[in-house]
Amino acid sequence: MSTQSATSKAAPLDAVLLFVTTGLLAFGALLATALSDDRLFRFQGWMFLGAFVIALLVMTVAITSGRLRSPENAYADGVVRAGVIATMFWAIVGLLAGVVIAAQLSWPAVFYFPEHGWLNFGRLRPLHTSGVVFAFGGNALIATSFYVVQRTCRARLAGGVWPWFVFWGYQLFIVLAATGYLAGITQSREYAEPEWVVDLWLTAVWVAYLFIFLGTLWKRKEPHIYVANWFYLAFIVTIALLHIVNNLAVPINGLSSRSVSLFAGVQDALIQWWYGHNAVGFLLTAGFLAMMYYFVPKRAERPVYSYRLSIVHFWSLIFIYIWAGPHHLHYTALPQWAQTLGMTFSIMLWMPSWGGMINGLMTLSGAWDKLRTDPVIRMMAVSIAFYGMSTFEGPLMSIREVNSLSHYTDWTIGHVHSGALGWVGFISFGAMYCLVPWLWKKEKLYSNRLAEWHFWIATLGILLYICAMWVSGVMEGLMWREYTPQGFLANSFVETVAAKHIENVIRTIGGLMYLSGAVIMSYNLWRTVRMPSSAPSAQSLTAPAPALIAAE
Amino acid sequence: MSELTYETVARFAQQGGLIYFSAIFACGVAYALWPRNRAAFKRLASLPLQDHEAPDVEA
Amino acid sequence: MWKHHTKLERHSLPLVIAILIVVSIGGIVEIAPLFYLESTIEKVEGVRPYTPLELEGRDIYIREGCYTCHSQMIRPLRDEVERYGHYSLAAESMYDHPFQWGSKRTGPDLARVGGKYSDSWHTDHLIDPRSVVPESVMPPYAFLAKKTLDYGAIEDKIRAMTRVGVPYTQDMIDNAKEDLETQADPFAAPTKLQNRYGGKVLQRDFDGDPDRLTEMDALVAYLQMLGGLVDFSTYQAEAPENRR
Repeated sequence: MSTQSATSKAAPLDAVLLFVTTGLLAFGALLATALSDDRLFRFQGWMFLGAFVIALLVMTVAITSGRLRSPENAYADGVVRAGVIATMFWAIVGLLAGVVIAAQLSWPAVFYFPEHGWLNFGRLRPLHTSGVVFAFGGNALIATSFYVVQRTCRARLAGGVWPWFVFWGYQLFIVLAATGYLAGITQSREYAEPEWVVDLWLTAVWVAYLFIFLGTLWKRKEPHIYVANWFYLAFIVTIALLHIVNNLAVPINGLSSRSVSLFAGVQDALIQWWYGHNAVGFLLTAGFLAMMYYFVPKRAERPVYSYRLSIVHFWSLIFIYIWAGPHHLHYTALPQWAQTLGMTFSIMLWMPSWGGMINGLMTLSGAWDKLRTDPVIRMMAVSIAFYGMSTFEGPLMSIREVNSLSHYTDWTIGHVHSGALGWVGFISFGAMYCLVPWLWKKEKLYSNRLAEWHFWIATLGILLYICAMWVSGVMEGLMWREYTPQGFLANSFVETVAAKHIENVIRTIGGLMYLSGAVIMSYNLWRTVRMPSSAPSAQSLTAPAPALIAAE
Repeated sequence: MSELTYETVARFAQQGGLIYFSAIFACGVAYALWPRNRAAFKRLASLPLQDHEAPDVEA
Repeated sequence: MWKHHTKLERHSLPLVIAILIVVSIGGIVEIAPLFYLESTIEKVEGVRPYTPLELEGRDIYIREGCYTCHSQMIRPLRDEVERYGHYSLAAESMYDHPFQWGSKRTGPDLARVGGKYSDSWHTDHLIDPRSVVPESVMPPYAFLAKKTLDYGAIEDKIRAMTRVGVPYTQDMIDNAKEDLETQADPFAAPTKLQNRYGGKVLQRDFDGDPDRLTEMDALVAYLQMLGGLVDFSTYQAEAPENRR
């Protein structure tokens, strides 16, 4: 951090405020941990306490040594650099968990440990989904939003040291959630498994995040709010809304880790899938579209293809997405009018999605040659193509008749992964490849060849993964409904399980390849950071950031 | 809530949703095509390309 | 209109409010009627709150993430009804806080698994799934049979359930521990338990280990009651009030 400019002895107010808040939280955590007789509650209590005490120690040193200042004439990039590191770290953790559970389904006799129930599929699966969605995806979104909002507003992040609270608070949320799953703390709501204590903590972190983002918008020097920030804002606001409503619950007592959902049965199911679908819509789509609207034009050195389209894209996307949740509940006990509504809006969703895809891809027009020469541009272009593909597949699968085949099968898993690995993963990797040289002031990446390797290994991995899941999903769906000529069901359930073995193995290999790509990337980025810095005034053709200054 | 039947809810949700969506969509399109916004949008389209090494600070 | 738009774009607070309006109305229109519309949940005979032992078993089901591979929602499709039984009714999960419909069938649907297999099959299967189903990819849950059930918080759990609207009585809360022990003990007098939870409550030693009350007891008790509450001989699926 470049924070030595201030000379005044007094500690900055924002840092003192954070220090006092952390102190109070530590006291609260100590009290709650001491009074509880729930083993799991105490386990999380100790983790809270440990985190707060470490934070207090670090802040004490930092404040007394005169750091933690926030000069308005420099961007707050330290927290973005930390975010890049966290993104790559959690990418590897989350992907590794995915490979492990894929291997468990392929070779159950080898990868299950009867004496270690906490390593069973049921506990690792939430670790994988939260690891990739919230830890990897969430960190990528927080880091890039902090970077983008400063540049497009031409103002330093608001809130002084509080962006660090958001960063570390979010890491604490991830660690609490992940260890909680392994220990058996879950409320069984898919993609919202953490229990009430951790939910409350995330709410606090998220509100701070919203205020920092809004505060930065408020002090911007640019008269307009750039469209990427619209998407980031919609992501932050809507996730807050979804998170709070979906996690409404009554703790069984104030010092227990367990709670019961406020809703039951059919209402609970609709609220959960209203949440679940819009977590996809607003975290995995809107947030990453924000990334697309900044990093693609920037890297390609081309303006956004149609800014008007981006506005229509924005409003119709956020409007339509919110209605589409009931398509997760076709043919269930949910009333049919809600199912029909969900299906209708899901099909309509195809339009804004493809509007966004066209806008992203056409931004590359005039720079198509870079697809050949720059693996990072190519990665982002492929990610937009995967976005288009999975947003075509999604509406298709939301049609009741198609859904009757695809639901409950591996087809859904394949669909999710074409979006997650192809779209979310690749656009984030693209952004990270851009950010590291920019943030650490390097001319370029350590190795374009390694980035090429990453691109091809990961792309092949995705194709293996989704093709295997298409085959196994359609196969098991058809096998479940297959009849013998005499009119009996042709297959027992376990025959459909056995039939999927080879697809499960291919899926594991595909996932392993994708993970290998991320490891290669981390090595590449680490070597980039270790390279000698480029001189601040250096003009280079390969480094986009300095090259663009000449254009002004 | 005695008159709240399956049919009324379904009709309200389906027709109301369509009208509501059309209204939002029309507003969005009108805003995007509004002539006075043209210059601003043209500039905003290349905003990511105009990089600044540091924030603008009023002296 | 132009001024209005300018505000929207230049000021972040109106933008936040506009986003909130746009994203909340869809959810409200879809979700709110479910709470008011009487036809959302059918009127059926037989659905009752879980007994304390079943509730503890359900909590183990949740803790182990069984919902990640097993659905509890049979769709009204010919093959599903033949494979699993009568399609699921909304009423059958009306006391499920949270619901366990699931979204994926890596394993079969469990909405009506109750009574399909013996207790000892379940115990063997949970301890080592491949000993009874060689092609299975299910994880082993041998530790459940070794772990003594900790039901210290059962009264708190039931009390919390009453707060969210499950019709447990004070009598049920006060006697939760006794009911729990009774249900797992084949030699205990069943009268009080049956008075509180109905005559069809299953009472026996579920895990085949009469010396101890284990997590296996609770989980098998839960699995064995799944889908058996509604009396389908009296339920008229085609009656106008049940059609949705």
